Amino acid sequence: MRVSMDLELKDIPGQLVLALKPVSEFKGNLISVVHHHEKKTPRGKIPVHLVFEIKPDHLDNIISLLEESGISVVSVDEKRYLEHGAVILIGHIVHTDIKDTIDKVDNTGYAEIVDLNLSMPRVNRPSSASLKIDAVSKQHMSAAIELLKSIAKEKDLLVIEPIGIN
Amino acid sequence: MKTIRASIIGFGAVGRGVAQVLLDKNDYLQSIGIDMRIVAIADSKTALVDHQGVDLESALSRKKETGTVGSEIMSGTEIIRTLDHELVIETTPTDIDTGGVGLINMMAAFERCMDVVTSNKGPLALKYGEVIAAAKKSGSHCRFEATVGGAMPVINLACDVLAGNRMISMEGIFNGTCNYILSRMMEEQAPYEQMLAEAQELGIAEKDPTYDVEGIDTASKLVIVANSIFGMNASYRDVTVTGITRITPEALSLANADGFAIKLIGEVNDSRINVAPKLVPLSHPLAVGGTLNVFSVQTDLAGPITITGKGAGSIETASAILSDIINIYKN
Repeated sequence: MRVSMDLELKDIPGQLVLALKPVSEFKGNLISVVHHHEKKTPRGKIPVHLVFEIKPDHLDNIISLLEESGISVVSVDEKRYLEHGAVILIGHIVHTDIKDTIDKVDNTGYAEIVDLNLSMPRVNRPSSASLKIDAVSKQHMSAAIELLKSIAKEKDLLVIEPIGIN
Repeated sequence: MKTIRASIIGFGAVGRGVAQVLLDKNDYLQSIGIDMRIVAIADSKTALVDHQGVDLESALSRKKETGTVGSEIMSGTEIIRTLDHELVIETTPTDIDTGGVGLINMMAAFERCMDVVTSNKGPLALKYGEVIAAAKKSGSHCRFEATVGGAMPVINLACDVLAGNRMISMEGIFNGTCNYILSRMMEEQAPYEQMLAEAQELGIAEKDPTYDVEGIDTASKLVIVANSIFGMNASYRDVTVTGITRITPEALSLANADGFAIKLIGEVNDSRINVAPKLVPLSHPLAVGGTLNVFSVQTDLAGPITITGKGAGSIETASAILSDIINIYKN
């Protein structure tokens, strides 16, 4: 997941390295570091804005390590799902247990169905639905779509996926 | 000046297009040192043979008026086996189950060390390896640009123009009939059956549309691409295919609301050959409408290259055949 974090560092040498060390220790991937030396806080501290990608279960460790080093963590904003995708389903979507279809994706832990638009023209005619999927990463998105395709095969639904997946 | 004696085997839309194009481009061909002499034309019932060169104009008008090209009862295969000439222009219809008469004709031509230029997908989609090996053995040229994408340069673009590049993947719309039906379903919010009927009325779809709408035509083209451009040894049976018959107008409008069109996309990469309806962003270069074809090839040096053009039509397909003929004989 992607984490955006506001820190406050003491205005003494070596603080920035100290702040980045826990991220690197837990194999986080730094996206950006903005060091606002000119915007000192009233307490004389220097605001730093970090953005990095990290496995979700490592975030708490990073925060504890930072606090142990005397760095104030002012705010943490985590964005778990980086990938947004859409697919279309055609077939008897509702009567083949739509809840089960959604649950199977949601239960993966790496992807969720976040929106569903359903069009049911007439009884006994196939329905169409557009599904929005959020996933942790590109790989997880294609895994989620593969999963949907295998569910669709069992339920005789047609999945129309975007180009460029895989 | 080099005189090339050739036969046109198959005198349907494509064969007639070739005759017309050879007539129209005769002066140009002469100017680059090629004197094309058609010594025989065969349709499914009759043949026209003249060692001095048949009169293409009267052959075309006779076919138009009477439905047959000549008065001799001789098959295309017999012409290839018995008549001395250098080039067979093979434009018989595709048979994807057995390769049909096209396969027999091509093999017969190679046995006699003749060159072949073809628009027939069947033999290459089913037995690419065998066909190319036979051509190689006899030292014959075998060119087949017209089998994929009609007027769009696909095979020759990848193999000649982009020589030296490694092809990483290719995806595109290779069937104008499906593209027409899907584009019209979106425009009119009409069901598949209705737009299929419209396409049939306009002559865009065949009476039996199975080859097109079930994705079989696209799959055959992809196999030829996979073998000739990606160096695979694939057959039609290696392709996973989903057609467009289940697409609903509601699906098209839901997709459109999210900024997508639905297109029948064929794709080839190292690991798979696949035909399926896919969501294409409306602003994407592959989102072309009507009967147009389009493809995008990813190359290691040149990056992505996208070509769009008419994928079918008599003169358009003949244009691909003419370019193959010129490629063989210009030097």
